[in-house]
Amino acid sequence: MFQDFFYQLREGGVPVTLKEYLAFLGALDQRVIEPDVEQFYFLARTALVKDERFFDAFDKTFGAFFKGIEKFFSLKVEEIPREWLDGPLRRLFSAEELAKIKAQGSWKALMEAFVKMREEQQARHQGGNRRIGTGGKAPFGQAGMNPRGLRAGEEGKRLEQGIKVWEKREYQNLSAETHINTRNIKLVLKRLRRFTREGADEELDIDGTIRETARNGAMFDVEMRPSRKNRVKVLLFFDIGGSMAPHIKRCEQLFTSSRTEFKHLETYYFHNCIYEFVWRDSEKGGGKLKTYDILHKFNRDYRVIIVGDASMSPYEIMQVGGSVDHFNDEPGINWLTRLRDSFPHMVWLNPEPPEQWEFVESIGMIRTFFGHRMYPLTLDGLHQAMTLLRRTSHVPIPVAR
Amino acid sequence: MRFEGTERYIATKDLQVAVNAAITLEKPLLIKGEPGTGKTMLAHEVAGALKVPLNTWYVKSTTTAQQGLYEYDAVSRLRDSQLGDPKVQEVKNYIKPGILWRSFTADMPTVLLIDEIDKADIEFPNDLLLELDKMEFFVYETGEVIRAKQRPIVVITSNNEKELPDAFLRRCFFHYIRFPDKETMAEIVKVHYPDLHESLMREAMEVFFQFREVQGLKKKPSTSELLDWIKLLMVENIPADVLANLDLSKELPPLFGAMLKNEQDVHAFERLRFMQRRL
Repeated sequence: MFQDFFYQLREGGVPVTLKEYLAFLGALDQRVIEPDVEQFYFLARTALVKDERFFDAFDKTFGAFFKGIEKFFSLKVEEIPREWLDGPLRRLFSAEELAKIKAQGSWKALMEAFVKMREEQQARHQGGNRRIGTGGKAPFGQAGMNPRGLRAGEEGKRLEQGIKVWEKREYQNLSAETHINTRNIKLVLKRLRRFTREGADEELDIDGTIRETARNGAMFDVEMRPSRKNRVKVLLFFDIGGSMAPHIKRCEQLFTSSRTEFKHLETYYFHNCIYEFVWRDSEKGGGKLKTYDILHKFNRDYRVIIVGDASMSPYEIMQVGGSVDHFNDEPGINWLTRLRDSFPHMVWLNPEPPEQWEFVESIGMIRTFFGHRMYPLTLDGLHQAMTLLRRTSHVPIPVAR
Repeated sequence: MRFEGTERYIATKDLQVAVNAAITLEKPLLIKGEPGTGKTMLAHEVAGALKVPLNTWYVKSTTTAQQGLYEYDAVSRLRDSQLGDPKVQEVKNYIKPGILWRSFTADMPTVLLIDEIDKADIEFPNDLLLELDKMEFFVYETGEVIRAKQRPIVVITSNNEKELPDAFLRRCFFHYIRFPDKETMAEIVKVHYPDLHESLMREAMEVFFQFREVQGLKKKPSTSELLDWIKLLMVENIPADVLANLDLSKELPPLFGAMLKNEQDVHAFERLRFMQRRL
């Protein structure tokens, strides 16, 4: 009877499975709840959603399915959080919209125009429209702009009658990708650890001792074994080009997290694209190193992680002399090729949101070049990247022409 | 058996539905939420309300699933064999039942709390799938099957430090404890400190919620911190008007140590005050 709801939830991005759906029906069957729509909502949520990151998606689907909830939310100028005006606005808009914004001049003028547009929509939908309480300042949900990570009405309101609980979208700020902090990153990076026993025997192997002693007719036979050590070796390349400035905070987090997680970690810095030199110090000009030396020094076991926005002029990749701060004798692509061929275990982490990738030519080029091994610098992206790097066998990068 | 909160524990409506669904369908209930919002308390209170014993399994980073089932003490058997102890003939003497075993074989239904499941290894929840689903497991050493006489009510808490596997999640009901709003918080404080003076409570809550709004705190104070702080205020006999006249932009509240748990947060606070002074 709720099958359509089940499928809509799946379409809405909530990973519901049959087992959970059956549990939900079972609970209804056993009359866990009184016939009350709010309790019905609570039960559906507790049975079908297993992660608070999906609560928001669930609320949206639930609202749409059971009510036909309005698509637009109200927004006034003074309600625009300060950080939208100053902060990295680019994350809130799609590239097309960004282009329009640029055409309109200043951020502020645009923001006002934008709000006016919203208000007009609001007016058109006024008939029977329910204004959402402060708990749900969700202006962009529908228009495809998602202010993820904004704290809108965090303290939550009482679950009172009148405004439907699911319409408040209280769990908005729990949606995925907001929870990125040093500890989270560490946990993801931990996936990459690989413990192996190598070297001298220095640890008592209790199980082995017992097994051998038992086999010996209860005469003690002490077994030793090498201790487990993390053997993962990583080369980290950080882009410190100007366009990376908005992402520095996240990259710093990644960097501080990764420092303690690997046995060998070498960090190098580059500017936009990798050429014949990289730097040891993040202050440019410090500790200049030949890229060739790195290629020769480390063997193929090393995992290579490149962190960069890959946003540059295509000339910087393809042309001799294309680099912005020196004259390069060879185009960047040659160096990227050498890197790719020397280290088959590599990924590229891009702090730019993936929705923007297709609008930047150089991102597309680098992505195809590295066989789509580019992941966003989010927990999920890191997770995928680490899973790929973790494989022991070489997964050849499909060579793009 | 229905759970509706207790004298000492305020359960919101959604939490009640989740607990009752888990009890009725005999499925584990997974509880997440900010630290200090009463996740562990919940299991204690459910056990109290239903008047059944509580078994707690505190999970640490070194905990393995096997420890919850049983442990085979091979070393003492080995020792006994060398001493010629007759006990050694019987493997059973060296099998130590774990918490799951004890909950399964208890004579009455129990509440089983698996506390902070995310602390253990990533594979830990997977190792418990069958045990929690079928409520039975096999003891290799003796060849017996331990089956639950009554299915215990299983409450699992997590602080979100690790992702739990999907297969595990599918078998649970899930509830996320939100940070309580002001009215709920007032009720919570009231059930803990019934003789707390009305005015002191109002002022303390006011300061507390202002505190939580400070941007950039590493650990926001939550319910348990508020309760500690109020207790200290009561012990120290701090009058309500001290809090009423408090200007957070100029000074920290008395006994703030109960609410700010690390020095970065104290710094964050001071930086904020400094900036406000300049305005």
